[in-house]
Amino acid sequence: MHSLRSQFPILKTSVHNKPLVYLDNAATNQKPLRVINAISNYYIQQNSNIHRGVHALSQQATESYEHVREQVKTFINAKHSHEIIFTRGTTEAINLVAYSFCKKFVSSGDEILISALEHHSNIVPWQMACEEQGATLKVLPMNLNGELMTEALPQLLSNKVKLVAIAHISNALGTVNPIKKIIDAAHQLGIPVLIDGAQAVAHTKVDVQALDCDFYCFSGHKMYGPMGIGVLYGKEQWLESMPPYQGGGEMIDEVTFKKTTYNVLPFKFEAGTPNVGDVIGLGEALRFISDTGISTIAETEEVLIKYCEEQLLAEGGITLVGTPEKKSGVVSFLIDNVHPYDAGTIIDRFGVAVRTGHHCAQPVMDFFGIPGTIRASFAVYNTKAEIDVLIKAIQQVKTMFC
Amino acid sequence: MIKEKTDQLVSEFSLFDEWMDKYTYLIELGKTVPPIDEDKKKEENLIKGCQSRVWLDATLAEGKIHFTADSDAIITKGIAALLIRVFNHETPEAILEADLSFLDTLGLKEHLSPTRSNGLLSMVKQIKFYAMAFQAKS
Repeated sequence: MHSLRSQFPILKTSVHNKPLVYLDNAATNQKPLRVINAISNYYIQQNSNIHRGVHALSQQATESYEHVREQVKTFINAKHSHEIIFTRGTTEAINLVAYSFCKKFVSSGDEILISALEHHSNIVPWQMACEEQGATLKVLPMNLNGELMTEALPQLLSNKVKLVAIAHISNALGTVNPIKKIIDAAHQLGIPVLIDGAQAVAHTKVDVQALDCDFYCFSGHKMYGPMGIGVLYGKEQWLESMPPYQGGGEMIDEVTFKKTTYNVLPFKFEAGTPNVGDVIGLGEALRFISDTGISTIAETEEVLIKYCEEQLLAEGGITLVGTPEKKSGVVSFLIDNVHPYDAGTIIDRFGVAVRTGHHCAQPVMDFFGIPGTIRASFAVYNTKAEIDVLIKAIQQVKTMFC
Repeated sequence: MIKEKTDQLVSEFSLFDEWMDKYTYLIELGKTVPPIDEDKKKEENLIKGCQSRVWLDATLAEGKIHFTADSDAIITKGIAALLIRVFNHETPEAILEADLSFLDTLGLKEHLSPTRSNGLLSMVKQIKFYAMAFQAKS
């Protein structure tokens, strides 16, 4: 454990003269030195534009970049590497599908189904697409534990529904959704399913072929990698039939002023100079996860979540928000009668980074009738001792406000 | 005079060694805010860009502005109270010309940064906006 923590330079820093306790991993997690080095080494040794140059540097950079595509393919067990599209992040990946898929396959009177516990990034792109195509957005409800009510699926799924878009794990509550069940139910009617995996890839093994999902989206920066890079996985058949998202360099085959023909997958969806440096950083992050072991990560975090919930409940005067049977990564709670903003302000003074507010999931907060929650979220480098500091900070909050 | 009031605040705050005392003071101050009428807690008086909800209302009487505020978070309410203490019963001109450097001196700067969801900054902006509107009307 000690040596794992020591790989993260930022964990040695102080905040308000206290050692940093970083429990905001669902927002973004910290980067091991090897990822930081991989990015700087790229700029020191390899920087050049890819896929074009015949010179040595360009070829090396192209090779490194394409190698990461292979790594991602293996990491999520995709069938083909050209099913891996690099994007800026989960949000852009979802927007890509919302634009390109809906342009081709959604028309007036159709429906798109999302769930009640989505992040804004898996709501707004669909609202925009529905508005554009004259379609309707439907919502799979959740119960008071923060679990999706899959029993409502038969009512909601019909041949009007052209796509289902669901989070693998809820960022606000940590609920692990029964995505396999949802995918199978949708596929029975031939409806494709997009999974927002932003909160899942760093915490649990993802196998897109076993899931049989049609699209899977995630971000590098929530999996020990850099910001500004993400992945859209899409089944070949869908990606082939969807029109391009953006036009420009790289995505073209031939350009004349009369007509342009588009490049093959995956390049069709990667217009412009790609974010090579961060792709290489992502590749190193994937190696970090493999070296650490995704099951070790999952087990470590499970212990931390359990300990955190136990300590919070023992403290008293705390309400857990979201009590699903299966939870990952996140503990969302409220200190009774204390506004999350007030609590967060005091907790911060203890050097503890937690998130307060609606976590970009306002409909979830509205459902529970609360302005927001305090959210502690975990990564493999967190410790029980850090949770003890959080509890101390909470005791101070209670002294000041209760 | 705004200057006298801010000097007074700065000297009060200088007595606090610990950050916790400052927040305890703000919490106490929050309790002294003249309560805003329920009907003033409307959408137009809601300040955007805060993690907590803040309502700020202003009326002009005999050339001076009278502020009331409320928030669902206590620290935010305390900050509103502090600003009201400084800007209440002042003329629009005095408010528009006021020197805001006391906010830095008070050590509340972190509330000014965008990462703090702009609570303080949005409130100051709104106060100046009211002053500008009343000045334009008269």
